[in-house]
Amino acid sequence: MSPPEAKLVCRNIWKLFGQGAHEFLEKTGGNPTLEQISTEGLVSAARNVSLSVNEGEIFVIMGLSGSGKSTLVRCLSRLVEPTAGEILFHGENLLAADEKRMIEIRRHKMGMVFQHFALLPHMTVLANVAFPLEVQGVDRATREDRARKMISLVGLTGREDSYPRQLSGGQQQRVGIARSLAVEPELWFLDEPFSALDPLIRREMQDEFIRLQSVLRKTIVFITHDFDEAIRLADRIAIMKDGEIVQAGTPEDIVLNPATEYVEEFTRAVPRAKVVRAGSVMTRDDGDAPEAAVSARATIAEAAPLFLQGAERLRVTGESGETIGVLRRDDVIELMMRG
Amino acid sequence: MADVAATRSGSVTTTTAWRGLVVFVLALAAFILFWKFGEDIAPWAFEYPKKQIIPAARWISDFTKWLLNDATFGLFTFTDLTRFIAAVIDFPYKVALSLLASGLMSGPGSSAVQLLPPISWIAVTAIVTLMGLYAGGRRLALIVALCFLFIAVFGQWTSAMVTLASILVAVPLGVVGGLLLGIAAYRWRWLERALLPILDLMQTIPVFAYLVPILFLFGFGATAAVVATLIYAMPPMTRVTMLALRQVPSEVRDLGNMIGCTRRQMTWRVLVPTAKESLMVGVNQVIMLSLNMVIIASMIGAGGLGYDVLAALRRLDFGAGLEAGLAIVALAIALDRLSQAFANRNAATDETQARGFMARHPYLLAALGFVVLTGVAGLFVPAIQAYPEALQVSTGTFWSRVVEWINVNFFDTLEAIKNTLLIQLLVPFKRFLLSLPWAGVVALLAFAGFLLRGPKLALLVAALAALIAATGQWEKAMITVYLCGISVMFAGLIGIPVGILSAERDRLWRWVKLAIDTLQTLPSFVYLMPAVMLFRVGDFTAMIAVVAYAVAPAIRYTVLGINRVDPRLVEAGKAMGCTEWQLLTRIKLKLALPEIMLGVNQTIMFALSMLVITALVGTRDLGQEVYIALTKADPGRGLVAGLAVAFIAIIADRLISAGAARARARLGIAEEPS
Ligand SMILES: Nc1ncnc2c1ncn2[C@@H]1O[C@H](COP(=O)(O)OP(=O)(O)OP(=O)(O)O)[C@@H](O)[C@H]1O
Ligand SMILES: [Mg+2]
Repeated sequence: MSPPEAKLVCRNIWKLFGQGAHEFLEKTGGNPTLEQISTEGLVSAARNVSLSVNEGEIFVIMGLSGSGKSTLVRCLSRLVEPTAGEILFHGENLLAADEKRMIEIRRHKMGMVFQHFALLPHMTVLANVAFPLEVQGVDRATREDRARKMISLVGLTGREDSYPRQLSGGQQQRVGIARSLAVEPELWFLDEPFSALDPLIRREMQDEFIRLQSVLRKTIVFITHDFDEAIRLADRIAIMKDGEIVQAGTPEDIVLNPATEYVEEFTRAVPRAKVVRAGSVMTRDDGDAPEAAVSARATIAEAAPLFLQGAERLRVTGESGETIGVLRRDDVIELMMRG
Repeated sequence: MADVAATRSGSVTTTTAWRGLVVFVLALAAFILFWKFGEDIAPWAFEYPKKQIIPAARWISDFTKWLLNDATFGLFTFTDLTRFIAAVIDFPYKVALSLLASGLMSGPGSSAVQLLPPISWIAVTAIVTLMGLYAGGRRLALIVALCFLFIAVFGQWTSAMVTLASILVAVPLGVVGGLLLGIAAYRWRWLERALLPILDLMQTIPVFAYLVPILFLFGFGATAAVVATLIYAMPPMTRVTMLALRQVPSEVRDLGNMIGCTRRQMTWRVLVPTAKESLMVGVNQVIMLSLNMVIIASMIGAGGLGYDVLAALRRLDFGAGLEAGLAIVALAIALDRLSQAFANRNAATDETQARGFMARHPYLLAALGFVVLTGVAGLFVPAIQAYPEALQVSTGTFWSRVVEWINVNFFDTLEAIKNTLLIQLLVPFKRFLLSLPWAGVVALLAFAGFLLRGPKLALLVAALAALIAATGQWEKAMITVYLCGISVMFAGLIGIPVGILSAERDRLWRWVKLAIDTLQTLPSFVYLMPAVMLFRVGDFTAMIAVVAYAVAPAIRYTVLGINRVDPRLVEAGKAMGCTEWQLLTRIKLKLALPEIMLGVNQTIMFALSMLVITALVGTRDLGQEVYIALTKADPGRGLVAGLAVAFIAIIADRLISAGAARARARLGIAEEPS
C-alpha cells in the first residue's frame, strides 16, 4: 500500500484579527501566548495550525462556535489572508500566488459549500448551479447541461426553474452542493453545510453526502461543530479550541485516546461500538479462521449482528479480502460494555 | 451576577450624572451673570465687531465668478464643463418634455409649429395604470388611475406633465449616479471616508442654498432645476448603496471569491443583484426627493406644478395654489405607491414560461397600443388628445370662497389665537434669544459638548457656532433658532402625546401611521398653502407650516421607542402593582427616552429644512437670507447663509445624539448597531 498523497498541506498558520497583527507576531517571535494576544487587543482565530489533507479523504475540522473553524478554512482557500504560515496545494505555495493565479485555482480546482447556503436570490436553481461556469465564460448550452447533471446528482430534478426562496432549507443546501460541484473541484470545502438544518433533515443530508462521496471520491475539508457528525463522516478529525488544533487523528484514535480533557468531554457520550473498527479490536489469526467474515474497516456496531447467529469468532478481512485477524465475541462484548 | 454588576455600574453612572448636572447648573449661573452684567465689560461678546467679520460671502462669490470666467482645466474651461453637463441633461429633458407636454416642435421660439402632439392624456393614464396593474395588482392600478384622472379633471395636466418630465430625467440619472458613487465608496475606503462628511453636510444644507450657485452656473431654466434635483436626490442613493452593499451576507461575498469572480463580476453579478431589495428602497427615495426638489426648483425655472404654486402664493390666489398643491399630492401618491410596488414585487411570480414576444410582454404591447391608437384618434377627436376644457372642474373659486368664508366667520378667533401666541410666546422668546451674548452661547454650547462627550465635540460645536458669528449672521441665526425652537416645541407637544396614545392602540396607530406616511410623501412646498390661507404671511404662519411638516418624526420615534421597551420590564412593573400612569412615566417613557430624543433630533432636522422654505411667507431668518440671495443670484451670500443653517443642524444633531447615547448607557440599553 503506497502512502497516501498529501493534497493540501498547511504549516504554522496564524490568523490574528486587528491592527498591527503582523508586527505583533514578529515582535513575539511568531509564537505569542493567548494572554499576550488579548492584552494587545487582537482577536486570535487560528494559532499555529498545521495539518495535511490526503487525496480522497474526508478531513473534518470540529470545534465549538468561535473556535476559528470558518477562519481556518477561509485561510486554506485564501478568502482570508493568513497573518503567517504556509499553504501548499499540490506542492504549489498558495500564499505566493497572485490574484490572477488565485482566481484560476478557485475557478477550476476548489469548491465550497456555505453554512447559510449563499444562494443568489435573483437566480433560479438552474442559474445558481450554472453560475460558477458562467463566471468562467462557459457557453450557455454547455453550462446548463452540466448544471442539470449536478441537479439530478443531488436529487432536485424538476426544481430547476424554482427560486431559492421557494425551496426548503434542505433543498437549498442541495443546490449549494450542486453548485460547488459544477466545476468538478479537486478540493471541496464544506463549512458547516448542515448546521442550519433541523436534525432529521441533517441526518438525511449526511447520508446523501456519504452516498455522493462514494461516487465522487473528492478530497474534502468538512467543518462542523457537531461531534457526532464528525465521527459519522470523517476519515480523520482535527479538533479545534481557541484557534488551536488540540488533537488530530482518526475518529477511533480520538475516541480511544483523547489527548486532553477537553477532547474527552466530547468523546464521553459517543458509543465506542460506533467508532471502533474491527481492525482495532481483532486478535492475531491463530490458524483456524471461521467462515463468517467482516471488513477491517467495519465498525463494531456493524459487526455485532453477525454474532447473533451464534458465532464465537469472526474472520477479519483486509482491503483485498485477505484474512488479517479474528474478532472475538468476548472482546466485542467487553468494548460495548464500556459504553 | 450580571444583574448585580449592572446595578452597580448603573449607580456609578448616576452619581457622575448628578455631578454633571451640578457643574452644568454652575456654568449656567455664570452664563446668566455674564449676560446680565457683562455688556459693559465686554461689548464684543454681545455684538460681533463689524470689522472682524470674515467676508466669506464675497470670497465665495468671487470664486464662482472666477470659475465662470477664468477657470480652466487645460483642455477645457469650467464653462465648457457646465455647458457639457447642461447638454447631457438638456437632450433627454427635451425628449421627455416633447413626449409628455409640448409635443414635437419645429422652428425657433414662439413661432414654432407642432409637428407631433404629445402623448395623449388617455394614453399616459393608461400607461401608469398598466404599470400599477403589473407591479401591484388591481387596487394599485385603481389608485394610480384615480390620481391621474384627478390631475386631468382639475385642469392641471400640462403642468403636471412638465413636472413629470423633469422627474423622468432626474430619477434615472440620480439612481445611476448614486449607485456608481456608492459602489466606488464601497470599494475604496478613502473615498468613503471623504464622502461621508460631504453627504452629512448635503443632508443638512437647506435646499435653497444649492439653488443659488446652480442658478449662477447654469442659468435660469429647466436644466438648472434638473441639476439641483440631481444634487439633492443623489446623496440618499449613495448612502443606501453603501449600506446595502455592506449588508450583503459575507458568505455571498465569499461565494463570489470562491468561484473566481473578477472584481467587475463580483460587483455587478453578485453584490448588486443580491442587494437589489435594499437598493430599491433608495430608488423610491430618489423619486420622492426628486419630486420635492422639482417643485422647489420652480424658483430657478423648473416650471410645472411648483411654478403654479409659487405664482399663486405670490398672488395670494389660494384657490389656484391649492389646486396645484393637490395635483402635487396626487402625483406624489401615485409615484410613491408605484415605485414601492415595483420595489416589493416578487420577481418569481411573473416569470412566465411562455415563448414569443407578444406573450411575454402583454403590458408593454398594451401600452404601446394605447399610445398609437389614442395618438391617431386624437388627430380627429381633440378630446382624446387633450382633456377637454369644458369638462374640467375648477375648484379654484370654490376654495377661494371657502377661505373667504373662514376668514369672515373666524377671522377674530384665528387672529386672536395668532396674536396671543405671538405676543405671549413668540416675540418674548425671540427677544430673549437676541439679547444673549454670542460669546456666552458659544461657551455654553462648548461646555455642553464637553460634558456630553468630550473635548472633541466641544471643539466642533464651538467652532461651528463661532463661525456663524464670525460671518456676521448671529442675529439671523438666532431668529432661525427661535422659529425652529418654537416649532419643535409645538411639534413635540403634539407629536409625543399622539405617539404615546397610538403606541398601545393598534387600530389608532394604523390610522396615524397612514396619515403621517402620506404627509411625508408630500413635497414641503404644499404645506405652505393652507397655513398662508388661514394666517396670511409672517412668523406665525411659518411656524404652523413647520409644525405640520415636522410632527411626523416626533410621533414615529415615540411609538418606536415605547414599542421597543422590553415587555418583561412592563410585566415586572405590573406585578409590582404600578398604576397605568406609573407604568407609563416610570418605566415606558423612561426607557423610551433615548428614542424620543432621537425623534426630537429628527424633528429639528425636518423643521430646519422646512423653515428655509417658509422664507416665502416672509420670515426674517437665515432662510430669508438664502431666498434673497436666490432672487439676486448672489451665490456667496446664499451659500454662507445656507452653511449657517447646516451648522445649526449639525450642532443640534451632535449634542442630542451624544445626549441620547449617554441616556442609553445610563439605562443599560445597548447602542444600536448601525
Ligand atoms: N472579520 C473578523 N474580524 C474580527 N474578528 C473576527 C473576524 N472573523 C472572525 N473573527 C473572530 O475570530 C474568531 C473565530 O471565528 P470563526 O468564525 O472562525 O469561528 P467558527 O469556529 O467558525 O464559529 P461558528 O461555529 O460560530 O461559525 C471569533 O472569535 C470571531 O469573533
Ligand atoms: Mg463558522
